[in-house]
Amino acid sequence: MTAAATPEFEVANERNKRRRGLFMALPAYLYLILFFALPLIIVVVYSFATRNRFGGTDLSGWNLEAYAKLGEPIVRDILFRSLWLAILTTIICLLFAYPFAYFLATRSQIVRNLMLVFVMIPFWSNFLVRNYAWRVLLGNDGPVSRLTENIGLGETTILFTPTAVVLGLVYGFLPFMILPLYASIERMDWSLIEASRDLGATGIQTFRNVTFPLSLPGVIAGSILVFIPSLGAYVTPEILGGAKTTLLGSYIVTQFLTARNWPVGASVSTVLMVVMLAATLVYFRKGGRTL
Amino acid sequence: MTAAVEITGVTKRFDDVVAVDDIDLTIADGEFFAMLGPSGCGKTTTLRMIAGLEFPTEGSLQIFGEEVGTLPPNKRPVNTVFQNYALFPHMNLLENVGFGLKMKGVAKPETTQRALAAIELVQLGGMEKRRPNQLSGGQQQRVALARALVNEPKVLLLDEPLGALDLKLRQEMQGELKSLQRDLGVSFVFVTHDQEEALTMSDRIAVMDQGKLLQVGTPEEIYERPANRFVADFIGQTNLLEGTVADATTVVLENGTRVAAASDHAAGTKVALSLRPERANLATRDAAPSDGAGIDGTVAGITYLGNALVYRVALDWMEVEVRDENRPNADRLNAGDPVRVIWEPGAVAVVAE
Repeated sequence: MTAAATPEFEVANERNKRRRGLFMALPAYLYLILFFALPLIIVVVYSFATRNRFGGTDLSGWNLEAYAKLGEPIVRDILFRSLWLAILTTIICLLFAYPFAYFLATRSQIVRNLMLVFVMIPFWSNFLVRNYAWRVLLGNDGPVSRLTENIGLGETTILFTPTAVVLGLVYGFLPFMILPLYASIERMDWSLIEASRDLGATGIQTFRNVTFPLSLPGVIAGSILVFIPSLGAYVTPEILGGAKTTLLGSYIVTQFLTARNWPVGASVSTVLMVVMLAATLVYFRKGGRTL
Repeated sequence: MTAAVEITGVTKRFDDVVAVDDIDLTIADGEFFAMLGPSGCGKTTTLRMIAGLEFPTEGSLQIFGEEVGTLPPNKRPVNTVFQNYALFPHMNLLENVGFGLKMKGVAKPETTQRALAAIELVQLGGMEKRRPNQLSGGQQQRVALARALVNEPKVLLLDEPLGALDLKLRQEMQGELKSLQRDLGVSFVFVTHDQEEALTMSDRIAVMDQGKLLQVGTPEEIYERPANRFVADFIGQTNLLEGTVADATTVVLENGTRVAAASDHAAGTKVALSLRPERANLATRDAAPSDGAGIDGTVAGITYLGNALVYRVALDWMEVEVRDENRPNADRLNAGDPVRVIWEPGAVAVVAE
């Protein structure tokens, strides 16, 4: 082979490799640009615009006023409450999901598949319907309340409180924690655990030093998959939280539809997206890295 | 002297499968002991029972006189070098090697110092900050060794530790392991399916098949006086000539040839004569064999091995292999040549089922 011929072939090869599949990806690209990227840009642009006194938005006189509104106590409280409830939801999901995922990963193939189906079953019915089901369960005259009354603990009054919201969020997003955790525990090399025990570590030491660190990608992936939708949740807080527990999602909807203050709605949305983007970056840096 | 490991009547069943079937085994202190057999013979299960990674279904297992039957692995004075090394991917080399000491609560400076010494011992000095995936297979092997040895185990268990290495490196590591064992004076229990490896390295070998212990002995005993057919066939190359015991010193082969071969089997027992290819010689048809036995045949094929030649000789009822040193100026035989297969007295071993 001559030295001169090789680079030409390689250049052509590289070009082919880059072009491969571009055609097939085109529809998806167009779809994303049209229905995701463009609306996103519009939201960001509107967050710098001005609300006129008729409830419309003037695309002139660009300013940061909408962002300044985030510093007001009411909005700030909503922001912090949302963050707090999302973090709490994530932690509770993690505490429930980890032992379950570990248990699942150590079962036989048949049992695993069966239990994974059970984990997915809630998805078969509509999210909204399931949230209303909780409302019925937790309601003043609901089964939960009647049960606690009968065993002498008094009426249950958690509906329309943050507790009910967290309960609903944990219920709704638990599978998103279980699945990545299960995946990362399941593909773990079990001989590492044997090696740890062989080297003198107790069961607890093994969990702390080997099992948990090795399942960290799953922990991070699951946490982000629960944290992001919890932070922006709209349906669950609306149905189970009542008026006292306004969260970011409801606030944004109110700004757009009721208060007709599009710049503020857009600015809160933008901030929310930045927080989520940061969380996603953490995932790719830490969790996405394969050990 | 107390035995390092004393296994008495140990059986291990997984559901309905008997992995280890009623074995008795004593491993002396300071011994290089190999457990040899084909895959699935129970050798690894036996090793794992010594390590505490499996518990025996029946029987007694003692380490230096202490019954350890169901003691968890972290409470046993043994350490294991795993087949795939099982190095912790999220720790660097120093953390991997220091793991055992850290778990036992040894102070940090001492842990570091001893781990560094162990890394030095396996000739990986200067690499302590690397992660396992930055090391070659041979280096990972050494880390696994250092990680086990740093805990000063009374018995070191090795589960096919050289299986994943290429031939050259494997031979190098065989020598290193052997000299390391001699220097430390600790018992090494070494599981392998490679009979050559077992013969080269071990003081004693246990041959297993289908969960049963077939023979325990020095490499020489196992090679020269195999306890049965399986051992004769598994260790090295051999020709098995079927026959029947005639009396204490004679075996009659299938074709009626009477061969002088001592055995303590009763007359009439079906046996096989194990004739190693390198112990057999080829002569002309008129040669008188020194012990009266010789079998006529025809050269069917020749394999050139470089240092030796292997002749396939067709007898009336079977084929045998005869190995000859590749000497210069020797007359080479050709396919089709009539020959007589002869051997020295005592060159054959009688084996029963």
